[in-house]
Amino acid sequence: MTRYLPALIATVFAVTVWQAIVSITGLPKFILPGPALVAETWWTNRAVIAEHTFITFIEVMIGLVLGALLGAITAIQLATSRLARMLVQPMLVFTQALPVFALAPILTLWLGYGLWSKVAMAVLIIYFPVTSSFFDGLMRTPPGYLDLAKTMQATPRAVLWQIRIPAALPSLASGLRLAAVYAPIGAVIGEWVGASKGLGYLMLLANGRAKTDLMFAAMLTLGVLSILLHWAVRTATVRLEESHSGRSRAQ
Amino acid sequence: MTQAPEITFAGQATIDGATLFAPLTLSLRPGQWTCLLGGSGVGKSTILRLIADLETGATFTGTILASDTKPVENRVAYMAQEDLLLPWATVAQNITLGARLRGETPDPSRLADLLTRVRLTDHATKKPAELSGGQRQRVALARTLMEDKEIILLDEPFSALDAQTRADMQDLAAELLRGKTVLLVTHDPAEAARLGHAIEVMSPRGLTACATPSASAPRNVDDRETLETQGALLKLLREQST
Repeated sequence: MTRYLPALIATVFAVTVWQAIVSITGLPKFILPGPALVAETWWTNRAVIAEHTFITFIEVMIGLVLGALLGAITAIQLATSRLARMLVQPMLVFTQALPVFALAPILTLWLGYGLWSKVAMAVLIIYFPVTSSFFDGLMRTPPGYLDLAKTMQATPRAVLWQIRIPAALPSLASGLRLAAVYAPIGAVIGEWVGASKGLGYLMLLANGRAKTDLMFAAMLTLGVLSILLHWAVRTATVRLEESHSGRSRAQ
Repeated sequence: MTQAPEITFAGQATIDGATLFAPLTLSLRPGQWTCLLGGSGVGKSTILRLIADLETGATFTGTILASDTKPVENRVAYMAQEDLLLPWATVAQNITLGARLRGETPDPSRLADLLTRVRLTDHATKKPAELSGGQRQRVALARTLMEDKEIILLDEPFSALDAQTRADMQDLAAELLRGKTVLLVTHDPAEAARLGHAIEVMSPRGLTACATPSASAPRNVDDRETLETQGALLKLLREQST
């Protein structure tokens, strides 16, 4: 329980400050609704919020799986082929210089208002962190392992699958932990630009109708969803790393 | 297994044009331990890595020949200071790594035999992190033996162990590697005095062949002649480094 105590204290503190600002300034509720009102709105609209949360959740999950797969495959290709490195690496950096959300309208045009333009946004936003962290891991195989493999006349394929990839899994895991935080952002940007469902859509809708309390309720739900997702991915990857290295990580 | 060959290393190495070691000749007698003793940076590990055909960063001009005229590099097994055990693989999987990397099926009876010989039968399914430093180095030794090569290259394999574990490992290695052509690179005069059938001291001036104690290797740690050899080797190392 003591593990969660700091988070609880921080939450109570933030809510108190929030309530204090509302009480002191006396701002109208369409500018800044108080925490009690947001909680009440959240509860009365729970069915609607749940429906939209579910849509965003599905987009994020598909995006995470596809993005992680694409990123992992790209990293392996880059690590095994000098030609791929020469051709793809500069392009990869170039795409990172572009603001991904500028692509959102185009993706909506190409893929429609439905699920897939949001999945594509999530994939785009997590592709680079997954690729680059896994690629770094693959290029940083301890040289001693490679020496040993060479004296054993190992085939390059066996070295890749039995040494380089397993040795790079912790790097992939840290990429996935980042991806879990970025993916919901991608999906919501997609929903913002054009959608009829999802938390991003709900936020935009509520904002447009001056239902600021509902906007806050949807936004906080998104925050909780992201935290839960990050926690789930972290737990899974830490467990994976433990069984991988045969030792438990000190808390 | 065929008779282990004699290996003759002759040549010189430079790094970016600067001499690492001048022309020298090192012979590894067939089926015996040759200890190459020297301080850091004299190029003794480079010689070992050249024989193993590994990356050295140095330019080598010379020859590495086996007495039976067959190529050397695919007949070596290599063991380094770090145990190089894969942390995600079990003890048994680590010992059979070579076969798995070549796409071969490891021989289970040979594995069982080696596990017994390095006294790790009860640990076969454990991961390296669950083992002590000495046990890990025994896994590495078993992995080296599993390769069934005639030439064994040891690059300071025991230097990270504590004194008594090191002596145990030296005994075990001497017993299990009998009949192989062994090159042991070390900076420890005591180790060279205990294990060498031939001892070469390497310094910037080149190689100096040294007398070995008359007892057969592995020599007792308190054997008087071995201790005297150890002292003489250390003295020589200190003289040549100035």
